[in-house]
This record gives sequence, C-alpha cells and structure tokens, in this order.
Amino acid sequence: MIQILAASLSPLPSIPLGITQEGNWFLQNAWLIPLIPALSFIGILFFGKRLPRGGAELGVAALLIVFLLSICTGFAWMDHRDNFHGEEISQVLTTGEHGEHGEHGEHGEHGEHGEHGEHGEHGEPSLAVVNTTTWFITGGVEFSVGTLVDGPAVMMLFVVTLVSLLVHIYSTDYVAGDRRYTHFFAFLSLFSASMLLLVISENTLQLLVSWELVGLCSFALIGHWWEEKENSNAALKAFLTNRVGDMGLLIGVTILFFASGKMIPDSFGSFSIATTNALASSGLLPHTTLLIAACCLMAAVMSKSGQFFLHTWLPDAMAGPTPVSALIHAATMVVAGVFMIARLYGVFFEGFSIGGSSINLMALVGGFTTLVGACLAFVQRDIKKVLAYSTISQLGYMVMALGVGAWTAAMFHLFTHAFFKACLFLGSGSVAHSVHSFDMKSDMGGLRKVMPHTFRTFIIGSIALAGLPPFAGFWSKDEILVGTGGWGIMGGTGGNGSYTFMLVMGMITAALTAAYMTRCVYLTFFGEFRGHGDPHESGPRITVPLWILAVLAIFAGFLNLPKGFQLVPESLQERFGHYVEPVAGYFPKISHATPSWSLAIISTIVVVTGIAVAWNYYFVKVEKASKESGQSLTELPDGLTTRLVIARMGHTLLVNKYYLDHLYTGIITRAVKEPIAELAYRSNQEILDRTVDTFGRTAVKVGQFNYNKIDQTVVDGFVNASGRISSDSGEELRKIQSGKVQSYAAILFAAATILAGLLIVIV
Amino acid sequence: MLLNQFLILSAVLFSIGVYGVLTRRNGVMVLMSIELILNSVNINLVAFAAFREAIPGEVFALFVIAVAAAEVGVGLAMVLLLYRNRRNIDLAEIDSMKG
Repeated sequence: MIQILAASLSPLPSIPLGITQEGNWFLQNAWLIPLIPALSFIGILFFGKRLPRGGAELGVAALLIVFLLSICTGFAWMDHRDNFHGEEISQVLTTGEHGEHGEHGEHGEHGEHGEHGEHGEHGEPSLAVVNTTTWFITGGVEFSVGTLVDGPAVMMLFVVTLVSLLVHIYSTDYVAGDRRYTHFFAFLSLFSASMLLLVISENTLQLLVSWELVGLCSFALIGHWWEEKENSNAALKAFLTNRVGDMGLLIGVTILFFASGKMIPDSFGSFSIATTNALASSGLLPHTTLLIAACCLMAAVMSKSGQFFLHTWLPDAMAGPTPVSALIHAATMVVAGVFMIARLYGVFFEGFSIGGSSINLMALVGGFTTLVGACLAFVQRDIKKVLAYSTISQLGYMVMALGVGAWTAAMFHLFTHAFFKACLFLGSGSVAHSVHSFDMKSDMGGLRKVMPHTFRTFIIGSIALAGLPPFAGFWSKDEILVGTGGWGIMGGTGGNGSYTFMLVMGMITAALTAAYMTRCVYLTFFGEFRGHGDPHESGPRITVPLWILAVLAIFAGFLNLPKGFQLVPESLQERFGHYVEPVAGYFPKISHATPSWSLAIISTIVVVTGIAVAWNYYFVKVEKASKESGQSLTELPDGLTTRLVIARMGHTLLVNKYYLDHLYTGIITRAVKEPIAELAYRSNQEILDRTVDTFGRTAVKVGQFNYNKIDQTVVDGFVNASGRISSDSGEELRKIQSGKVQSYAAILFAAATILAGLLIVIV
Repeated sequence: MLLNQFLILSAVLFSIGVYGVLTRRNGVMVLMSIELILNSVNINLVAFAAFREAIPGEVFALFVIAVAAAEVGVGLAMVLLLYRNRRNIDLAEIDSMKG
C-alpha cells in the first residue's frame, strides 16, 4: 500500500514521515494562498488611496479569491485523504557515534510496522502534501521554505479566509470614513497573509517568521487609533507581552533544531516540522530535551493565546477597532498558539508525557486559564471585555483539551469557536456602532427591538458559546469533556489518561460561561435603553456577515458528530476528525475516548443550571426590582419598559449592589465567584500589570541612555564622518569629470597602460 | 614564419590609432583612429593564429570585424546627429556632461 522510499534499500535505519510530494494541484500550490493577500497588501499600500474605495475593494477581492482557493484546497484534501496511495517520504537516521540512539531508531521502526494493525482504529494513514524550495544556504545548512498541507492546515485555511473575508466586508461599513481607512485595509491584508503563511508553514523557522508577522499586524491594528494614549499603550502592551513568549518560541525552536539534527546523518539540524515531529513521536529524541523544548514553546503559547499569566494584554487589545478584535483577537491570531501546539504535537505529547498521565503543565495551564477567564468575564462593564475574557477562557479550554490529548476536540473547538466568537464580536461591534459606546451598563439595554438582526445573531452566538445542543459549541465542548477521559465510571473511556481534575474544571467553566453570557445578553438587549441618541440597526454589510457566522454557529457542530451517535448513519459521524486529524508518521499515536450519553446530558444540565441561575437573577429579580422602583417614578401607560428606563438610569448603582448581594448570598458557586473574580482582577491589574509597567519604565530609561550616549555620539559620529568623507572625496573627484570625451580616453589608455605594466611585472 | 614583423606592424598601427583618438578633434577622424586600433588587434589575432596554427584566432578576428562595422555605424550616426544639432563635429567643444 505505501512504499517506503529508500528506507528498505538503505543500510541505515529510517522512519516514515507521513508526508508525500505528490498530490492535487491545489495541495501542491498552497503557497498561492498567502501570496495573494500579500500582493493585495502591497497594492493597497501603494495605490490604495487612488482607488475609488480607498483600497478596500482590493482587500475584499483578494480575500474572496483566497477563500475560494481554500475551499478548493479543502475538497482536494478530502479526496487526497480518502484516495491517495502514493509514495511516502522517509527520513534516514544516523547510526555510528550515536549508536545508542540508532538502536532506538531500529526499535522505533519495528514498532511502527508492528503497530500497523492499530491503524484499524485510526483509519487509513493520511499523507501530508509537502512542497519545499530552498530559501538560503549558510554555513552548510540549507534553510528551506515551503508548504505542509494536511488536515489542520486545510481547516485553518478555511477558517482564516472565511472570517477574514467577512471581517473585510464588515469593515467597509464599520470603519467607513476613518482617517486611516486605507492603512487599516492594508494591515488586514498583511495580517491575512501572515496568518495563512503560519498555518501552512513547513518548518519551524517559517512558523517563527509568520508568528512575528501576525504579532506585528496585531500591534499595528490595536494601535489603529494611536492618537489616544490608551490605544497606543494597549498596542505596546500587546507587543511587549508577546515578546516574552516569543523568546520561548525562539529557544524552543533552536533546541528542536539541534536535537533533530543529531539524529540525521550529515546534518547540523532540522527545522522541518514533519521530521521533528516524527522523531519525537517515535521516541527517538531524549525525553528531557523534549520536555525543555515543550516548556519553552509553552511560554510562546501562553503569550500568544492569552493563557494565564501572560493573558493581560488580550483584554487591553480590545482598544483596537472591533473587526480587528473579531478577526485577530478572537478567531484567528490568538489561536496561533493553539495551532502551534497542534502542529508540533509530537513534541508536546512526548515532552509532557500526555498519554497515560493524569496531570501535566499544559492541561493545568489551560484548565486554570479557562476558570480565571470565565470568572473575570463577570465583572466587566465593557461588552468587548466580557467577550475578551470569554475568549481567554475558551482558549484555555482548547489548550486544556490538547493537554489531555484530545487533539481533535481542541481543533474542533477552535473551528466552532472561531465562528461563534467572531459572530459575537462583530455583533458587539454592530451594537457599539449604533450606540457609540461599549459600556453595557450605561449605554445599552433594550436593543432587541431596534436591532433585530444583531440581537438574533448575538443570541445564537451566545447559545453556541454556552454550549447548548444542538449548537456548534455543544459538540466541541462535549468532545473536550469526553477527551479528558475522567468519565470512566459511567462509560466514555479510552482517553489518553484520567484527567478528572480537568473534567471538573471544564464543567465549572461550562456553567460560568452560560451564566456570564446570559448576563451579557440581558444587559445589552433586554431591559430598556439607557444610552443617548437613537440606536438603529446596522446596514447589510454588517448584518450579512453576522448571519453567515450565526448560521455556521448553529450548524458547524454537525461536522463532527460523535462516533456511535445512534441518530445518524455511521458515514456522517466524526467527519471532521476523519479529515483533520493526521494519521501519519509525524503525528503521535493518540487514543480516542468513547463518547458517552451520560456525560453529554450532565454537561447540558450544568449549562442549563448556569443559564437558569443567571436568568433567575436578571430576567426575574432585576426586572422585578426595576419594575417596582419604576412604578414609583413613572406613570406611563405602557408601564413596564418605560419604568425600567428610569430604574436603570436612576439606580444603576443600586442594581450593581444588588447584583453583588445576589452573588454573595446565592448558590455556593455564585457566592464565591465574585470575590475570586475581584481578587483575580486585582492581582491582574496590580501585580502583573505593575510588573509589566516596571519593565516598561526600565526599558524606557535604558532607551534614553542609549539615545543620549551611544546613539548621539558613537553612531551619529560614524554616520556624519562617513557622510563628510564621501562629500569631500566627491568634491575632488568631480574635477576629473571634464565632459570631454578625449580626456576620458586619455585616462582609459593611461589606466590600461599601467595595468599592462603591472601584468608584465607580476607575471 | 616571422611573427615579430606582424607584431611590430600591429604595435605601430595601435599607437597611431591611440594618438589619433587622443589628439584629433574631428569626430570622423577619431572614429577612423578607433578603426586603426581594432585592425591592429585583428592583425595580432590573425598573426598568432597563423603562428600557432589555431583557427579560433581567425574566427575571433572575423567577429571583431563584424563588431567594428556595427560600432562604426553607431559612431557615424552619432557624429551625423551631432552635426545636425550643432553644425560642428569638434569633440573639444562637446562637454555638456561636465560634472
């Protein structure tokens, strides 16, 4: 079935990489996908201002093309996954001086063949399509650049291009009339290009480059309205916090480069993702090395994907325009960290010993983040901050899922989360566009009547986020809970370990998520309008993207119905997992938990309880209180709503207190939540932020010293001196330039004579 | 076969050519002097080719003749244009490229 190239012929041992160079045109030419938005970036930058729509049309057209290309690539991949029987590329391993490792290699290879039977459970192997070219050669090491197209890459291509296209369309309305309209679209294009490059990166070096590029775009777009100090500070904070993690990424990539180089004959190192993963997955790399590398990479994940304790930049990043928050800080860029774990899963899986354990660093970080994020979402007034903390919480969910070995569940949650969170963010943008504020308590309320489309899509997004069946979030969240493998008592076994602790964290978060989204929906859309002016529904360029995302938030979950789900034929179960999860040499052999009805029912009950508690508080008690206080203040015939306005506007503080009271005296989880949230928020603001600030201030001082002493004297001295030398010598040399052709000829012949004389003397 | 005579002839021709290029003020005369230089080179090439009984030298001379023809074509066209524009082909007066 698979011919192992060179492996059986070579005397040296080798391991199959699970990649191939053959494949459909779309799979081989995926490099076009990042290239087109990159060209659009250049086009907008140079010609944008002269175009009738300020460059937006270029960006939208480019994204439309790459979206169609991504869909074609997706179908090509599905065909490839099912029908491809080509040659697989193997990596020859070194022996001799690393005799000990060589033996391991031998063993690993046998293991590979021995376990072929196991493919029965995992299905047919899927070979990723690789297309590389040499970037540069230095010091005898060849650095290549290329594309690695497989399930997760194709899935990310689809998500990124779709959300980016919708955000582009949305932005043409949202930032219309902005003073840097063209600049905004240029950076959106550059961001799309970098993110698309990241997801199809063939090697870790390319990954690192595009990782930095998306960080740069994030910085530029958070600070889009940099005239306000707050915004430029937020941009700096995001950039600098990410630098901390980037150091980890750099170190981790370097470690992996040298570690995998040791196993390859005549090689210094290898940046190839497939090779590194295959070596790690087959146990050829030393465990300690992998552990250190995984910890370093984890730092990068923590900063990029907003994991506790490097998450502080993400809520501040909401200073950017809302479409940016939706695209970059919810749906795509922040999942780069999650994607990086998924990409280098061999390293993480072996490094953290995910299989057969019950706790590890990644699962712990993820689980803790998901709880902290969900608690913080309760104390926010700003609708975007609620969503930002919710994003942190959901990213924690994904990292936790990867930490417990539920790879497909994490990817699936990434997939569904992108849709419903983008929908929620764009919805909040639509609301803010209409009321000119993000403050839920002072400027929103009662918008369900004036903004019916935004309201409906927001509700759909919230339900999907809360995870009620049959919305998208339910299926992915349930899969993560199943994947913890902590449900052994009542069916649902066969995970990678027994992460019962993570299961509990996930369950609590599910309840919290449902509750804070209920609060958010109530404050925004129910009650009576508390702001000023005349809110109105947004235009079609805003509502159409909202509806597309809302529809996906309803139906995306059906792509991965659990295995053994009796209501649908088997051919419709686990389609997402089948096409996205690699079954190849570069991917570790993870085991899959069996879904269980009991867990699904219990998690639904937990969610419903969360909603019910919040409902009881907001929709019953707050309404009633508003009604009572309202009655004493107004006498309008259509009483309820009008009275609510006054209750709202006059007693915001009261309601707030009531809210706190209820939290303290309510159900136990609700009673402890508020102080924890406050504490977490305080520590967040005072300890972590202060540390970051101190670092920042020190950096400024160092910078000033640098400027005054080094830059002004040494560097400027050099520059000035070189300038003076060239201008003086030019003054002298211009005398030769007589303009007379015969004097030039004389110089030519004189020079030729001198050279001829020299030649004779030397030879 | 005596090589020296040919080499001396070519050296003399070359020197006359260089002298012409450097001293003549008439553009046409300068072009003619350049022809002399090129032909002195041709004599060298053919002489060595005959002396060493190697054909490439003669082939090269043919190429030089062809290139010289092209060069003289371009050169005369320039001189013609100069004359049309300035009614004068004195090279000493053409110094508009002075730096």
